[in-house]
Amino acid sequence: MNENLFASFAAPSMMGLPIVVLIVMFPSILFPTPSRLINNRLISIQQWLIQLTSKQMLAIHNQKGRTWALMLMSLILFIGSTNLLGLLPHSFTPTTQLSMNLGMAIPLWAGTVITGFRYKTKASLAHFLPQGTPLPLIPMLVIIETISLFIQPMALAVRLTANITAGHLLIHLIGGATLALINISVTTAFITFIILILLTILEFAVALIQAYVFTLLVSLYLHDNT
Amino acid sequence: MASPVPVKEKKLMEVKLGELPGWILMRDFTPKGIAGAFQRGYYRYYNKYINVKKGGVAGISMVLAAYVLFNYCRSYKELKHERLRKYH
Repeated sequence: MNENLFASFAAPSMMGLPIVVLIVMFPSILFPTPSRLINNRLISIQQWLIQLTSKQMLAIHNQKGRTWALMLMSLILFIGSTNLLGLLPHSFTPTTQLSMNLGMAIPLWAGTVITGFRYKTKASLAHFLPQGTPLPLIPMLVIIETISLFIQPMALAVRLTANITAGHLLIHLIGGATLALINISVTTAFITFIILILLTILEFAVALIQAYVFTLLVSLYLHDNT
Repeated sequence: MASPVPVKEKKLMEVKLGELPGWILMRDFTPKGIAGAFQRGYYRYYNKYINVKKGGVAGISMVLAAYVLFNYCRSYKELKHERLRKYH
């Protein structure tokens, strides 16, 4: 039972070939490119959703921040679709791997910080010291702000990994419990099944929310630095 | 085989059963040929089920069902142990 629980999180490889690459590239097939003014229903729905989200997300940015529009929109699409596809039975979710989330979080965060330091050096350095702090507290506060800055990419990556992994584990556990309880007491199994349904609804929401939160935070870090 | 059209250019449904191994061997197995096959297959599916005026949920749900099946085959080895059998 112990090994089974975590076996679904191992990187998939068939006959020694790393097909995790195929699985990471799979969501891109579900987003066809629009080629006409009026497209088929799938593309129209996706276009409408992307317009809705991008208007909401880019409203707070100035001209310089809006150059990141493509990056932010593809980020939220990728994380959202990958998380949602992971809710299908037996599928592998790449966002449960910390390596991948770190690979997404660190370059994006570093990009925002470096942009801030290049174009608004004084303002970026000023972020390390909140306004109105008493003089003796300054050294300690600068250290604390530096630590909180460097923790940002770690928090981004670990938040996404932990949320999605925890959700999948809970579904596995409660599903296994439901199956095991059927022979013992049908009522309890039924209650557990209801819990499983609620949990799945939660997981759908979490999949989308995590994508949103990730992107929102990157955009926030961008806003601070442009 | 005394057929007027050369074997290579016939479509699959017109190839006689005896000519099948020869036909398969004459297909284009270069990387460009394989990429072309994938591209043709993708556009065939796309134009039949998704790029239509009133496409429904069937087009994309067939893709998702195939994805689930693929993942099931991939993890069959571990799932074998969870069957309800007396002896595994």
